[in-house]
Amino acid sequence: MFVLETKELTYIYGAGTPFEKTAVDHVSIGVERGEFLGVIGHTGSGKSTLIQMLNGLLKPASGTVLLNGGDIWAEPKKIRSVRFQVGMVFQYPEHQLFEETVLKDICFGPRNMGLADTEAEQRARRAARFVGLDDELLGKSPFEISGGEKRRAAIAGVIAMDPDVLVLDEPTAGLDPNGRDTLLQQISDYHKKRGSTVILVSHSMEDIARFADRVLVLNEGKAVMLDRTDRVFARGRELSKMGLRVPQITEILLMLREKGYPVHPVLTVEQAVEQLRPLLRKGGVRRGQ
Amino acid sequence: MVSDITIGQYFPGRSLIHRMDPRVKIVLTVAYIVFLFIASNFAGLLCMVALMAVVLFSSGVPFPQYFKSLKAIIAIVIFTGVLNLFYGTGTVLWRWKFMQITDGGVYNAIFISVRIVSLILFSCVLTFTTSPTDLTDALERIMKPLRVLHVHVHEIAMMMTIALRFVPTLLEETDKIMSAQKARGADLESGGMMQRIRALIPILIPLFVSSFRRAYDLAMAMECRCYHGGEGRTKMKQLHLSRLDVWASAGMALFCAAALLCTLFLPASLH
Repeated sequence: MFVLETKELTYIYGAGTPFEKTAVDHVSIGVERGEFLGVIGHTGSGKSTLIQMLNGLLKPASGTVLLNGGDIWAEPKKIRSVRFQVGMVFQYPEHQLFEETVLKDICFGPRNMGLADTEAEQRARRAARFVGLDDELLGKSPFEISGGEKRRAAIAGVIAMDPDVLVLDEPTAGLDPNGRDTLLQQISDYHKKRGSTVILVSHSMEDIARFADRVLVLNEGKAVMLDRTDRVFARGRELSKMGLRVPQITEILLMLREKGYPVHPVLTVEQAVEQLRPLLRKGGVRRGQ
Repeated sequence: MVSDITIGQYFPGRSLIHRMDPRVKIVLTVAYIVFLFIASNFAGLLCMVALMAVVLFSSGVPFPQYFKSLKAIIAIVIFTGVLNLFYGTGTVLWRWKFMQITDGGVYNAIFISVRIVSLILFSCVLTFTTSPTDLTDALERIMKPLRVLHVHVHEIAMMMTIALRFVPTLLEETDKIMSAQKARGADLESGGMMQRIRALIPILIPLFVSSFRRAYDLAMAMECRCYHGGEGRTKMKQLHLSRLDVWASAGMALFCAAALLCTLFLPASLH
């Protein structure tokens, strides 16, 4: 059974005004329990709108969202409990920090769940460790720590609720390459240790290629592909028509294949090296003759 | 949702009203309000309502938008309407202890309500059909003579432009922060008065922080482009009066003259 499933999900912005726009158009997808799902799409393809419907922040114009098989809008009064099960990290989440100390801010979610102070604090400390925040930072004000640390604190604030599904919208936007790699690695570690489902929205095809089991491609509000990562990126031509790229190394291999070389479009440099080495050896032989 | 607030929202379009000079629109709106208060009987008021209907139709803005902006003031209309019911003279229709409703009171209530609704709808036409930048630009030009009195006209206009420019941005920001806190289980909809006020803290603090950040960024960006106030600054978009503005003013004058004549030569309806 899918942990999250959408059926003919549709969302319309500004219905009845000159600015009316269908942001999500009859999307039916299923997210498997424990998988790492990547979501890609051009700017304005409806990614953010779609994920905000997954935890009931936006109410769909039509269609349903099923969490563990149950419609999340069956009882609108209980929508808060859905948000504890589907944790959402927004773009630039550091803008949500408000408490006196980092620790208190991370506790905000767990306390809203109605947990006792000690339990909430325990969870907060565990979440802080997952994202690599030092203990001495937890006592500081969230406004005096660095940008990268703020980002981690904000993500910890969602992880501390211990959600079954963790949705991250561009969690690495604006971070330096080093910070990006570490953060994604930590999210991936969290995913493996906790066994939870992770949905990652990103513009970086390399990041998606490295971490995602499956990829969902959105184009103009419609779900156009949902498949294993390697199969999606093997359709590089279709993706580039939608204004998307495939990872650089995959692009190179696709070009080689079009020229008639016997290669598969793989996703990482390591895998590519394995394929290219024998080819180069042959080429070397030819040059030697 | 926060974005449901429509007062002051601009609807782009190419209607007759859209194409008018914003200065003329402001002056005519002020004139309309003045004449709305000069008209003191139903015939005069009818002239002004007819004028408003003409303008509303030619604005090309969808009617539901006008109703939405009325929703915001419906309480005021009802309040003043009900209050006026009890202040009036004439035949007594209903009496209870010291309170009484007279036919004059009923007239007053209807008259005042129509007046307020017309006032709001007409001002809405101005803000719906004029972009905020055009509006402040025009205000700056209209207020120019005040410079003689050492009023910092340009600075005031610039502040208004910036404030208006950032209203949608801040609304969007508020929406985002609310979503982020709701995603962490913040409960904004239930609880008593104190609880609701406390629930606003996680939204207001990030909003303040980000407003200051935006203010610093904007100040820096303006500095980088050598902004140094209005002295010697020219306009890229010059405002020009066209034949349309003349015709619009003439049409407006006609209705207002009719309202004035009705007021002068017919008995007053207010009691």
